[in-house]
Amino acid sequence: MTMMKTLLGAAAGLALAAGAAMAEPALIFDLGGKFDKSFNEAAFNGAEKWAKETGGTYREIEMQSEAQREQALRRFAESGANPIVTMGFAMADPLSAVAPDYPDTKFVVIDVNWLDLPNVRQVSFAEHEGSYLVGMLAAMASKTGTVGFIGGMDVPLIRHFGCGYAQGAKAVNPDVKIVANMTGTTPAAWNDPVKGSELTKAQISQGADVIYAAAGGTGVGVLQTAADEGILSIGVDSNQNHLHPGKVLTSMLKRVDVAVYEAMTAGENVETGVFTMGLKEDGVGYAMDENNAALVTDEMKTKVEEAKAKIIDGSLKVESYYTNDSCPALSF
Amino acid sequence: MDFLTILQILDSSVRLATPLLLACLAGLYSERAGIFDIGLEGKMLAAAFLSAAVAAVTGSVWLGLLAGIAASMVLSGLHGLASITFRGNQLISGVAINFLASGLTVLVAQDWFAQGGRTPSLGGDARFTGLTLPFADALAGVPVIGPVYAELISGHSILVYLAVAAVPATWWVLYRTRFGLRLRAVGENPAAVDTAGISVVGLRFAAVAICGLLCGIAGAYLSTALQAGFVKEMTAGRGFIALAALIFAKWRPWQAMWACLLFGVLQAIALRYQNIRLGEITIPVQVMDALPYVLTVVILAGFVGKAIAPRAGGEPYVKER
Repeated sequence: MTMMKTLLGAAAGLALAAGAAMAEPALIFDLGGKFDKSFNEAAFNGAEKWAKETGGTYREIEMQSEAQREQALRRFAESGANPIVTMGFAMADPLSAVAPDYPDTKFVVIDVNWLDLPNVRQVSFAEHEGSYLVGMLAAMASKTGTVGFIGGMDVPLIRHFGCGYAQGAKAVNPDVKIVANMTGTTPAAWNDPVKGSELTKAQISQGADVIYAAAGGTGVGVLQTAADEGILSIGVDSNQNHLHPGKVLTSMLKRVDVAVYEAMTAGENVETGVFTMGLKEDGVGYAMDENNAALVTDEMKTKVEEAKAKIIDGSLKVESYYTNDSCPALSF
Repeated sequence: MDFLTILQILDSSVRLATPLLLACLAGLYSERAGIFDIGLEGKMLAAAFLSAAVAAVTGSVWLGLLAGIAASMVLSGLHGLASITFRGNQLISGVAINFLASGLTVLVAQDWFAQGGRTPSLGGDARFTGLTLPFADALAGVPVIGPVYAELISGHSILVYLAVAAVPATWWVLYRTRFGLRLRAVGENPAAVDTAGISVVGLRFAAVAICGLLCGIAGAYLSTALQAGFVKEMTAGRGFIALAALIFAKWRPWQAMWACLLFGVLQAIALRYQNIRLGEITIPVQVMDALPYVLTVVILAGFVGKAIAPRAGGEPYVKER
């Protein structure tokens, strides 16, 4: 019996020591899944970069349903993970419920900026600024004067993307026609490439010859159909230019990887508060590589760089959809 | 709305209705034989995955199609084993198949291709391309008939024509052959069939196998003809819409085709016009998305005739001893 007690005590002591010695960071992916070639994959890349550089390890979980969010947060917090990085706007409510219970744990949430919690780092991106730039490129590359936008689930965040895109397109060509569609109103809209394809075909028949997809897995269908039908497409979040070389005009980069990498590097001492990553912070941008070099002329590039400089110094302001829940350049 | 737009919407409807139609006919065989099948979705998903995976590995879409059919038939066999041989609950077996397919496809895809539960993009011979029917180009200039033939009828993948041909074939098999008569009888009164000395179990397994075959084609169509690769959960509820269409059609083949086309048109319109303005009233896109289910409920509630399911449906057959 005494032997048993000693053993158990030792085991418990070891476990505690292990917990205290390395507070591993944790990463919670959103419903799209770790390898969505987009938003979550960018987070994964950022975490992998951190792991490779520091030799550290991190814990991770992919959400399979809405109900798991709070459970996963609590489980990581209980096990001493710190900081806990979470992906997506849907984590806002579970975080409000969990974060106050663990005041010593730091939480990081991407795409949220409206919470009032002292131990949460909220990182949001100025997607409208990046979308503005790709919108300019779209309008300049379009020969028909019609550009398309295909969103995933109809939520304010995706309208925010579409709104910046429309403003950018209109800035280049005030007469440009913008065809905008949303795939659906349920989370299934993030993973329905067949619907994405049909939407693309419908937009092509309405004259669109450059289509911007901000739709997660559905975007795979959009880019595929655009390549099949011989028109240009624009990828989102990660650099998707390589998916169909020479057929993807550019990708709107959202440097989620940088945000995750920074949070993990700072570790337990990560600064909390609300942070916005825009063009100025290199949080958003447009992708240029060998796959799309032939599609973007120097003239186009100069114009976009001009606008970028103006947005950074504040002389050009891109309206945000969030300001009054409507878009000056596009009605959904 | 001009003539060309209408043609494009109809064209899109045909593409969207094809997987529904194949799955609907699959369900028709199964349910007419007295085996309820809510696992259509899972079978399509498994077939979509395996056909894309095999097509990606071998570079041949036909091998992919065969593999997809095989995957779907294995799941059908499982359903048959559970609900015919072991007389389990057919609905539970169907739900289990849906879960199994949903999880297994992503798991295997991740293990094989390490692209996050997808298959690589298919190109060249690894996917079905549109067929141009004879005279399509020659007739294209003829007013009305020309565009209808060239745009709407020609230019689909071979599986679309197969699906359309399956409708009269199903009608003929069910209503004009001895096998069809027995199949329908086994769904209404298996005891009578058994008394006549015909194997109830054999007939039901045959029906379930045909169901697997058709679901396999439907799944392969999604991933190798409509799309160029598999993405997780890509069936997105089409198996359930097919079931709704089956009830809407009251378990009859021609009506099944019209029901699927109607649902296809509704989807196509919803995709083309986000919000429809009729004078003062705006119909939001969600209404169009929900209409297939609403119509099915209306039918089930008995407002438009009565939908009577095969009488022995859902009940395992126990031979009296």
